Amino acid sequence: MNIKAILFSLSVIFLAACGGGSSSEQSVIKIDGSSTVYPITEAVAEEFRREDPTIKISVALSGTGGGFKKFGRAEIDINDASREIKAQEIEFAKSNGVEYVELIVAFDGMAVVVNPKNDWCNDITVAELKLLWAPEAQGQIMKWNQIRPEWPNEEVHLFGPGVESGTYDYFTEAIVGKSHSSRGDFTASEDDNVLVQGVASDKNALGFFGMAYYEENANKLKVIGIDDGNDENGAGPIKPTLETVKNKSYAPLSRPLFIYINSQAGNRPEVQSFVQFYLDNMNDLSEEVGFIPLSQEETNEVKNVWSAFVSSLSTPE
Amino acid sequence: MRSKEKIIEGILLLCAAVSILTTIGILWVLISESSVFFLNVPLSDFLFDTQWTPLFAEKHFGILPLVSGTILTSFIAIVVALPIGLAIAVYLNEYAPKGFRKFIKPILEVLAAIPTVVYGYFALMVITPFLQQIFPQMAGFNALSPGIVMGIMIIPMISSLSEDALYAVPKSLREASYGIGATRFQTSFKVLIPAASSGIIVSVILAISRAVGETMIVAIAAGQQPRLTFNPFVPVETITTYIVQVSLGDVVQGSLEYQTIFAAGIALFLMTFVLNNISFYIKRKFEEKYE
Repeated sequence: MNIKAILFSLSVIFLAACGGGSSSEQSVIKIDGSSTVYPITEAVAEEFRREDPTIKISVALSGTGGGFKKFGRAEIDINDASREIKAQEIEFAKSNGVEYVELIVAFDGMAVVVNPKNDWCNDITVAELKLLWAPEAQGQIMKWNQIRPEWPNEEVHLFGPGVESGTYDYFTEAIVGKSHSSRGDFTASEDDNVLVQGVASDKNALGFFGMAYYEENANKLKVIGIDDGNDENGAGPIKPTLETVKNKSYAPLSRPLFIYINSQAGNRPEVQSFVQFYLDNMNDLSEEVGFIPLSQEETNEVKNVWSAFVSSLSTPE
Repeated sequence: MRSKEKIIEGILLLCAAVSILTTIGILWVLISESSVFFLNVPLSDFLFDTQWTPLFAEKHFGILPLVSGTILTSFIAIVVALPIGLAIAVYLNEYAPKGFRKFIKPILEVLAAIPTVVYGYFALMVITPFLQQIFPQMAGFNALSPGIVMGIMIIPMISSLSEDALYAVPKSLREASYGIGATRFQTSFKVLIPAASSGIIVSVILAISRAVGETMIVAIAAGQQPRLTFNPFVPVETITTYIVQVSLGDVVQGSLEYQTIFAAGIALFLMTFVLNNISFYIKRKFEEKYE
């Protein structure tokens, strides 16, 4: 009797849980992609949930590349991207009949960081970074004094985003010269918090990730200046700040961030209102989470792209 | 009545078959998936190349860095767990009052019931910073800290199984030892431990295979950087961590990168399989010695 009662109540709970799930299925907005863009999308989603709690939004972070794979299979509605969609990803989406629109939502600087106890490295040149991160460095460039002779004879421990992330693609493109090409003997994680933890607890560490993660953990990390050898955009090493990313003097490690919206999803009213909300609030929120907002002009341009896209959807075929 | 008996028998057989079929199924998947891998990557590369970078542009498929990471963390774990576990077993068996033994044994086994993810963060957030005060050159991710914590985790395995083995030593041996004037300490370490050695070795080997297969602790605290080293202060990657890393990412199914996890899996399977068989062999060979 007792067992029956338990079973009964369990099944009631189970059914209730299922019922809850299916009735709200209609209004879930699924977002995945870049862990760099994640903080801003999550911040927007949080605000939006406050406005309209009936619409559920799930924001995941499996990297720009991982997100585009799901986006191309129409498994998600919006993909956060820290680089532009690649030709082969466009092909893949097309082959599945997925159409989309691309919107710039903010600018980001990539921070190269070391441990605060590291008292020798305050800046680095692009050539030195290339020496350190190029595929040929694997198993060869293992010590700090191999990068610059006056640095100590200690092992350098490298930390960087996983190969599926747009940050990795962008960094390798900007530093090594070829996207997706780097040494493989470093701690690679899609989870930026692992990288923060790694660099924050290791005196000999050097890592790179989006500026927002640096700002969030600025007390545990030391950001170093980058010298691109080009005096036209500011001479000497330059650290990433709101100012230097905005005026493009922090080169070559600054970049635009995007969201991609599936057209089918763009037809749904809740997605439309979410994206509109995103565009209305992204500038305030991106500053809050450590990104560089678009200028008024750029914002208007993006809004125009979006409204043109929405009206193109609503025209009956 | 008879048919009811048959049905029960059938159900029991089915239960037994499930575990065997699962093993066969896992083996089948491992072998079939990794065979594709070995068609593309020569076995000699897999066994002797000293770099493991299958996800990067410059691909190397040498399993050695992952194996060294696995061996290193497991070795540290055993160095921690064996003396402590054995001391606990001897204490419980020879020295502890009976009531205390009954009370302390289940408490010890709580160590084995703590979720490994908790152990992992314990290693990362507590043990590593503590060790860094002693060894300032130690990296935040390293083999030592998760190795020690893994050792703590497998202590109950060694102490409990070894205690059973010590307990099973015939009374006559113990009494003979006391009879010729040996102290408790001499009896424990010169008579009982050698007499129970087969059981103790089995417990150690089972604990090693537990450590080799342990995933969460090393994934959290040992880092994710495959490197061929036995330096306990630098980040390493174990076979299990690699498998987790790849399964969590978004590697395309059927690609060579995807198949590497099965190749790594089969290497891991072979390691634990051999260990388990050695323990089985030792148990069979030596256990009847005193009966």
